[in-house]
Amino acid sequence: MSIIIDRRLNGKNKSTVNRQRFMNRYRKHIKKAVSEAVNKRSITDVESGSSITIPRRDLSEPIFHHGTGGLHQQVMPGNKEFVSGDRIKRPPGGGGQGGSGNGQASDQGEGMDEFTFNINHDEFLEFMFDGLELPNMREKQLHETVEFRTHQAGFTTDGPPDRLNIVRSLRSAHARRIALSGGTRREIRKLKRELREMEVQPGSMDKERADVIRAELKELNGKMKKLPFIDDIDLRYNNFVKVPQPSNKAVMFCVMDVSGSMTQEIKDMAKRFFILLYLFLQRSYKQIEVVFIRHHTAAKEVDEDDFFYSRETGGTIVSSALEMTRDIITKRYSPSDWNIYVAQASDGDNWEGDSSVCSKILVNGLMPLVQYFSYVEITDRQHQNLWREYETIQDGYSDTFAMQQIKTAADIYPVFRKLFEKKEA
Amino acid sequence: MEDQQEAVQNNSEGRKKEPLTTGADWTFDLIQQYDSELARIAKEFRLDTYPNQIEVISSEQMLDAYASVGMPLMYNHWSFGKHFLSNQERYQSGHMGLAYEIVINSNPCIAYLMEENTMAMQILVLAHASYGHNSFFKGNYLFRTWTDAESIIDYLMFAKGYISQCEEKYGVESVEEILDASHALMNQGVNRYKRPRPLSAGEEEKRQEERAEYIQRTLNDIWSTIPQQEKAAEKSTERFPKDPEENILYFIEKHAPLLETWQRELVRIVRKVAQYFYPQRQTQVMNEGWATFWHYTLMHKLYDEGLINEGYMLEFLHSHTSVIFQPEFDDRRFSGINPYTLGFKMFMDIKRICEEPTEEDKSWFPEIAGTDWLDAVHHAMKNFKDESFILQYLSPKVMRDMHLFSIVDNEKNAYLEVDAIHDDAGYRKVRESLAAQYNLGNREPNIQVYNVNVKGDRSLTLRHFMHQGRPLGDSSAEIVKHIHRLWKFDVKLESAEGNDVKKTISCPKESEKSRSGAIIEMA
Repeated sequence: MSIIIDRRLNGKNKSTVNRQRFMNRYRKHIKKAVSEAVNKRSITDVESGSSITIPRRDLSEPIFHHGTGGLHQQVMPGNKEFVSGDRIKRPPGGGGQGGSGNGQASDQGEGMDEFTFNINHDEFLEFMFDGLELPNMREKQLHETVEFRTHQAGFTTDGPPDRLNIVRSLRSAHARRIALSGGTRREIRKLKRELREMEVQPGSMDKERADVIRAELKELNGKMKKLPFIDDIDLRYNNFVKVPQPSNKAVMFCVMDVSGSMTQEIKDMAKRFFILLYLFLQRSYKQIEVVFIRHHTAAKEVDEDDFFYSRETGGTIVSSALEMTRDIITKRYSPSDWNIYVAQASDGDNWEGDSSVCSKILVNGLMPLVQYFSYVEITDRQHQNLWREYETIQDGYSDTFAMQQIKTAADIYPVFRKLFEKKEA
Repeated sequence: MEDQQEAVQNNSEGRKKEPLTTGADWTFDLIQQYDSELARIAKEFRLDTYPNQIEVISSEQMLDAYASVGMPLMYNHWSFGKHFLSNQERYQSGHMGLAYEIVINSNPCIAYLMEENTMAMQILVLAHASYGHNSFFKGNYLFRTWTDAESIIDYLMFAKGYISQCEEKYGVESVEEILDASHALMNQGVNRYKRPRPLSAGEEEKRQEERAEYIQRTLNDIWSTIPQQEKAAEKSTERFPKDPEENILYFIEKHAPLLETWQRELVRIVRKVAQYFYPQRQTQVMNEGWATFWHYTLMHKLYDEGLINEGYMLEFLHSHTSVIFQPEFDDRRFSGINPYTLGFKMFMDIKRICEEPTEEDKSWFPEIAGTDWLDAVHHAMKNFKDESFILQYLSPKVMRDMHLFSIVDNEKNAYLEVDAIHDDAGYRKVRESLAAQYNLGNREPNIQVYNVNVKGDRSLTLRHFMHQGRPLGDSSAEIVKHIHRLWKFDVKLESAEGNDVKKTISCPKESEKSRSGAIIEMA
């Protein structure tokens, strides 16, 4: 009799471990494929999964097989006009040798020299951000935390009445009573036994002794009753301690130049950079707010749509945006509660006299407040005056200030990686 | 045609039963009912099977099963993950359909049915796997001698447990290194002529430690550095091993000088798994042919009895036809001879020769022409493997039907030559040539352990005994590297024709060695 089993309810992800093994083994390849994919993607779907392609030769599992050459003999079906002794021109590329003789090499091959498979969104992000870390996060967690959460932490013998733990208190009272009355109760048991023995054997009844015992019992019982049911030393109070909580809130300032010199293409690149940063922050913080500040000669806080798509032109005064950032931080995002990240994108074309103002604002106002300030200069020309000004700042704040140049869209991801590369501890 | 007539006759006699169902959807009850009908009919045909364990699974689970070579459990390895991903990708993009079933040579015989199949397909699959393949596993001499259906699942359980223990102890990477190298040698890890001791998980576990200790002890006999004076001098020309050893993995497991005990055990596990699959590689045509022959016969019998209706029969014939479809050599879809087609045609032909022999059959197959066909097919199933089966039973009629012809490709000539075709002069030649094509010895390069330099640098020499001047494929250098990883001293692979060494691959490469030698000299 056959047994029929419904296995559909069993787990179907039996291959997960093997899949994971495979991904770990080819980490390098996958990472490369991911970074290529990021660059090719349109801005909006940076978050979806991706298909990953690896050259097949890199992951072959070799087995011994015959190469071409020597003498082969093969039987094939479907003869039409051949008779024995016919000579045929050798097909190019040894096509006549397919079939059973070649084993694995041919049944997987079939002109596919690339191995393609899909990874999901989470895996995609993991590979994308692999090896990156948010700068200065650890410092924030250890030093500047001001949020606290109260945890229960055992019991104390002292405390306000509202924290009285009744169960614990009564338990210790009970224990105290048992401990203190031990000797008395032993005595009572002994006397009772003696009395009972006398009662069992009426012949040897010693009336006097019995009376003495009864009197003693009475006294002892009275002594027992005098033990207090609950005492001060029995009281137990719940104990609470405050545990510092690392702040899990972050705010990201996107600062972008929208002056006449910024073309749509440059804005697109900036946007991609901002999106990467946003996704990255999302992995580290529960709550992220994004503030968009755009500027030409004057800065303005806008929503995302305006930020990327509204058209305005004019000259460029970068310091206006920096001032605004500083003001918003002091007004709305206290550095003790928030992890503050500023990402500035510009083509670097600033009004000549303004760059020195910028560096003053940064050094005096902004840098002490922020977790990290990154500046990308998106231009394929030479470095502009803002870059040179910022270079002087970088020396002073090598931990929290970083700048890179993006020339083409293909640079975005590598530059992003460079900015947030894990630093050797 | 015949069968239809028969059916009509049955019908007119009014013996025909009602079909159990005519709908497309299957239920567990129906599977159960059809299974017991099939079991009854199979018994009439003397199909001796292991008990069946039929498991219904989803397509995702089928993909999982694919990845672990069809086994219900398997140790973890990245290559299985790779196959899983590639199958998943091809399946999801529509490049590949999934098999309707997978069947495992175990006792009880486990067959997986896909939940997506229609009822008609489930019946077909049951007939094919649970009665066709199952009886082949139980009856064929190769499976009887080489594999142990009773304990394979237990053994895999042991292997999986052992390997994951090793991974915990020594790290995934070092386990992978050994497994990778052993996998590359899987085809060189089987005994072709000696029967191995049967697998037994319990015994395996119990004796594993003993064995470990024993190996380490006997290993020293070979590597003993104490000079044995004159005796040694006499023996110095003698090779070790005395006769070339075909089972490279076995040799490495027993004699590799520097492997740790657990590493030897890993090599052994891969070797045992390879051995288990070895008969399947040698009986592809027969196994599939047999199962196809029986699903065809059983389905017709069900139809004759009226247990399935015309609709089911049409659906069955449609998928049967696509299973045994053989593209011709000049077709774009051609990728060698379809084992289902060849095997099915041959078994059908044996039946025909028994029932309606022609003069030709009588002279070619005097021993079966006109005898009981059931005896004949059972005898063929039990006592042959692909190579000998074809050599024994491929009839001129099948060769004519398939228009088989043999081609010789000699690298010395600028052309291919048609050696023989399906005519009187060519039948025997085509048949021999096709049989040779299924001889694993010809298909796979014959590589054996030739010598170990026991007294000197401990280098290992493998010899590829060339067959018809055919060289090794490109990946060979990679595999030699793998062997070097296991052996840890120099490894040489010589391709030899007779005693004439044509080509040598070594690891580390000669050039590298001389460089490092030079550095030492300078120092």
